Amino acid sequence: MIKIFKKHENFIYSLTAIVLAFLVGSVLIHLSGFSVIKAYSALFDGAFGNVFNLTQTFMNTIPLIFTGLAVAIGFKSGLFNIGGEGQMYLGAFATAIAAIYLNFLPGYILIPLVLIIGGLAGSIWSFLPGYLKAKTGAHEVVTTIMMNYIGILITSYLLLKYFKENSPIPQTVLIPESARLPELIEYSRLTWAIFIAIFVIIIIDIFFKRTKLGYKIQTVGENRSAAEYAGINSNKMMVLSMMISGFVAGLAGATIVMGVLHRFITNFSPGYGFTGIAVAVLGKNKPWGVLFAAFLFGALQTGGITMQLFAKIPMDLMVVIQGLVILFVAAPILIKKLLRK
Amino acid sequence: MNIIEFRSITKKFGDFIANDKIDLIIKKGEIHCLLGENGAGKTTLMNNLFGLYNPEEGEIFLREKPCKIDNPHKAIELGLGMIHQHFMLIDRLTTTENIIAGEEPLKNGLVDMKKAREQVKQISDNYHLAVKTDEKIENISVGEQQRVEILKVLYRKAEILIFDEPTAVLTPQEVNDLFTTLKELKARGKTIIFITHKLEETMNISDRVTVLRKGKVIGTVNTCDTSPKELARMMVGREVLLNVNKEKCNIGDNVLEVKDLSLTGKHNNLLLKNINISIRKGEIVGIAGVSGNGQLELEECIAGLRKVTSGTIIMNGEDITHIPTGIRRKRGLSHIPSDRLKRGLVSSYDLAKNIILGNQDSFTKNGFLQKKDINEYCKKVMEKFDVRCQSLNDTVDNLSGGNQQKLVIGRELSTDPKFILAAQPTRGVDVGAIEFIHNNLLEMRKKNKAILLISAELEELLSLADRILVIYEGEIVSKKNKYTKEELGLLMAGKKVPKGKMKELEERLRND
Repeated sequence: MIKIFKKHENFIYSLTAIVLAFLVGSVLIHLSGFSVIKAYSALFDGAFGNVFNLTQTFMNTIPLIFTGLAVAIGFKSGLFNIGGEGQMYLGAFATAIAAIYLNFLPGYILIPLVLIIGGLAGSIWSFLPGYLKAKTGAHEVVTTIMMNYIGILITSYLLLKYFKENSPIPQTVLIPESARLPELIEYSRLTWAIFIAIFVIIIIDIFFKRTKLGYKIQTVGENRSAAEYAGINSNKMMVLSMMISGFVAGLAGATIVMGVLHRFITNFSPGYGFTGIAVAVLGKNKPWGVLFAAFLFGALQTGGITMQLFAKIPMDLMVVIQGLVILFVAAPILIKKLLRK
Repeated sequence: MNIIEFRSITKKFGDFIANDKIDLIIKKGEIHCLLGENGAGKTTLMNNLFGLYNPEEGEIFLREKPCKIDNPHKAIELGLGMIHQHFMLIDRLTTTENIIAGEEPLKNGLVDMKKAREQVKQISDNYHLAVKTDEKIENISVGEQQRVEILKVLYRKAEILIFDEPTAVLTPQEVNDLFTTLKELKARGKTIIFITHKLEETMNISDRVTVLRKGKVIGTVNTCDTSPKELARMMVGREVLLNVNKEKCNIGDNVLEVKDLSLTGKHNNLLLKNINISIRKGEIVGIAGVSGNGQLELEECIAGLRKVTSGTIIMNGEDITHIPTGIRRKRGLSHIPSDRLKRGLVSSYDLAKNIILGNQDSFTKNGFLQKKDINEYCKKVMEKFDVRCQSLNDTVDNLSGGNQQKLVIGRELSTDPKFILAAQPTRGVDVGAIEFIHNNLLEMRKKNKAILLISAELEELLSLADRILVIYEGEIVSKKNKYTKEELGLLMAGKKVPKGKMKELEERLRND
């Protein structure tokens, strides 16, 4: 029993945190004058109630997998990449523009090509904070936050100035059919992007468990002095891990454009990049943990909308529950005490 | 009177029994040494007494009354005081502020600093514990910081003082001062419990000794009835050779040369000044010095972890002054770092991941780590260097200090190095492991490796090194082949050996 507990310690703590968050959340819902049962059943129904709702949940989960992974990757080298949002915008923008201009290519070349272009755009955006950290010691939290603003605004500017379609809406024209990710279920927004996300999880998992480069990056994150002692260039590793992190965040934008929006629209994200931070925290920075956490947050986001529409309970309460989950995850001692009793 | 009595105290951490039915009596007014290897359960036992742990079984009697101490506040109230190995002081506050923190004398609801200062002054005069009452902690010496810790405990009216390895951070002269203080405290009727793994100290200061091994009491003896040899045997459980056998070596060509090495710090202060060292094949060159006199800087310069300001470092005829650490390692540098947890190990990694730290390239094929090879190699090194653990998947922070150090040494000596930079190789390690480490270093010397041994342990330098250089405030102040212990101690403390004394010492050397 104790052994099983030890092995899945992290998982059990995260699960307890979620249960606690819902309990405290129910008190808040009750105090706000709403029916707890009605609220949670609307939430559950909205997230998993039928095939359509479930596909909506997946649609919200996929970008969170990428942005959560991005934060987790940065964290492996000891860096806190809060710039996922900006990197995602760059990725989405680059993918959309590339797909529109390379429309003559066949799908089997175009799809992987524009995916990589989206990733690289995210990489470029995360390279700068990484480089500044290595060269000057500029704190990555500050620089990545600033790069978010620049990224979101520069894509808007470029869109409006050069790439806007001929309509009052600030968006590009549709990308060619050949660059769109095929749907898994017709008329839903659940596409092949889910396989890309899982593929990336596997790659990242193997990268950190099995490769030398992954080992070096993690060593820098765990103990920078020891890494330098071992002849590992910690500056180089930090820049690299930021670039990989940015690449994955860029994929979030690329898959949204290729699978959901089929174009670039300004302000398309409900904050996937920032929610990614919470996803990484709940997933304990482990690739498979991120998958589980992203699914939870995706479900909360999807179910929350139904809750607001049909039970007339404000969406904000869902954000409160998300916040509570993180609070309890970040307070493991509290949960340890509860479990030991 | 039996001031403290432990009756059958058992403390477990999971399956691990840290204290196994400990029976122990401390008499009022004695200095009682708790002697044992790292991980023997000395500190755990004292933490049970101090209310930091709650033992699963057994009772503690204080002043012959059963007593349940479940938190440190209660322990302090009952007249217990603990001086920890790592000082619990706030650098930015003054000595007085540190001493009174938590028990401030008040006047109209505000801290009465005048009264506080007077009280501190009174206690410090009383016990001859000289401290500057208004100096910030960051500006005073380690020895003085320790006196502040002692005053802190006395200010809280402790009758029983527990010292956890107090000499680990002190210079030989400071150790003498501490021992004077301990005798003074004893003369005033205080009871002292002294945790240590050093035999010599135990013989010098204690009235009685209790030896712990693997969580059990091996025995309690009167210090006057025992010998270091017997204590070592009790501690380790077998005969220990306290003196190493050193064979004659055949010294060869220069392997490492340090020429006019200087290093300036942030504030343009000289950290190292014109250091010249040469180390040849098959010899051990010792650098003696009290911690903080430039050894760490020298170590980091040679390992390539710090840029030198001027001068050159040459290894095997190649100028490596500006070559990064990784390449120095590939050219044959092995490095046993002075701070194993900061530099030498990644404590959250398992043993296998730590064994490739620094040689990660040799265990990689097409960018992938070769797990099978690594595990096999790890097993081999651990067997050869007697690293004890439960499994290869254990993280390093589950190992005792001695085993951690053996892991580092095993890793660094198994790569067939040309030059070994061994900094404080036995710091915080018990006698059994010290013997083992010393023998391994001598084995390397026999294999014609060049070794630079940076150490603060006089015994270690005197028994291992072929030549010794003394470093003081970043400068080599003396180099000779033979020193007496006193001479070395004085030089390390920056004192010139007086002329008359010099003659006497040389006389004694000749007679030896």
